Amino acid sequence: MKAVATNPSGPHWADEVHALLKAAKIRQIAIVPDAGHARLIRLCEKDRAMRVVRLTTEEEGIALLAGAWLGGEKGVLLMQSSGAGNCINMLGLSLSCQFPLLMLVTMRGDHGEFNPAQVPMGNATQAVLEAIGVIVKRADTGEDVPEMVSSAIRLAFNTYRPLALLIGQRVSGAKDFRKLTESVSK
Amino acid sequence: MSKLLRRREVVAKLLEDRGDMMVIAGLGAPAWDITAAGDHDLNFPMWGAMGGAAMIGLGLALAQPKKKVLVITGDGEMLMGLGSLATIAVQKPRNLYIVVLDNEHYGETGMQETHTGHGVDLAGMAKAAGFAHARNVGTQAGVARLKSMIRNGAGPLFAQVKIDAQKLPLVLPPRDATYIKNRFRIAVLGPEALHDE
Repeated sequence: MKAVATNPSGPHWADEVHALLKAAKIRQIAIVPDAGHARLIRLCEKDRAMRVVRLTTEEEGIALLAGAWLGGEKGVLLMQSSGAGNCINMLGLSLSCQFPLLMLVTMRGDHGEFNPAQVPMGNATQAVLEAIGVIVKRADTGEDVPEMVSSAIRLAFNTYRPLALLIGQRVSGAKDFRKLTESVSK
Repeated sequence: MSKLLRRREVVAKLLEDRGDMMVIAGLGAPAWDITAAGDHDLNFPMWGAMGGAAMIGLGLALAQPKKKVLVITGDGEMLMGLGSLATIAVQKPRNLYIVVLDNEHYGETGMQETHTGHGVDLAGMAKAAGFAHARNVGTQAGVARLKSMIRNGAGPLFAQVKIDAQKLPLVLPPRDATYIKNRFRIAVLGPEALHDE
């Protein structure tokens, strides 16, 4: 299955998302890596105005970004859908305190998945996040991603809520994830 | 009467003349302890989010690098967030200090035992993760040295303080977490904290 190429000659969505995060003064970039985020992570690592914080598990990012907000900084949590389940109890912190929280979640177990182990959590990601009270939005083409990120930033930080934007597996391509990692590491 | 340190005396000592030091407390007894030492605008006592106290401290320390952040939590809470020791050690925040009040029990749920009473050395784990300063504390003199290290030394520092597993009267902080959050932000950032774009 090929990635749905949006506009091959246009800017890559990750470049546009990096620019949007920067414009929104988002400084703490909490990550548990995913191949779909590899390009965006690399851009954030190169950006001296951003601090990339590698996590051992996604729920650390929920707490990290609560602390960041207490100290007047904004952040974003970049993760894969398989990390959604790890976050559920910790999201009670964002909800009970009304901390803004922006999560950009690249999907696995989604469009054309080949790994059976990815399917249960991927298929449940939206439902479990919504069950705890997170607002969930979705982008399924590269062209959609920047606009959805832009609106997600505003909704999360202007209304003090946890929000997850799911970036569908069509965007990075179900089978191309190794290639994607290699292309940005060169 | 046990010769072990008493938790509220330890916390009161560490928070004496605290200045603009910001304090995060893990859920349960540590939250009651910092409140017993005096409710404060720069206190963030947690009501839940078990395992998250040290990471809240990290996010805050990175956002406010010129101010000190003290995380006071319990052994059970720290055990639930052990990975955060690795995450924090890699970030090396010079203004973050973590103190675990270790009574070797889950005090809020019926005093069941935790791993720390069975040989698990949290300070040893912090040291192995890469904390520049990681120590075990068990005496009044040790608490005084710890206080001095927090006031005058650089972090990241981790201290595991063995305390008596005493059950004490609850001293509850405000329960509305949005109030605690906004009060804290105003104290750190000024009134404009509520008018952030």
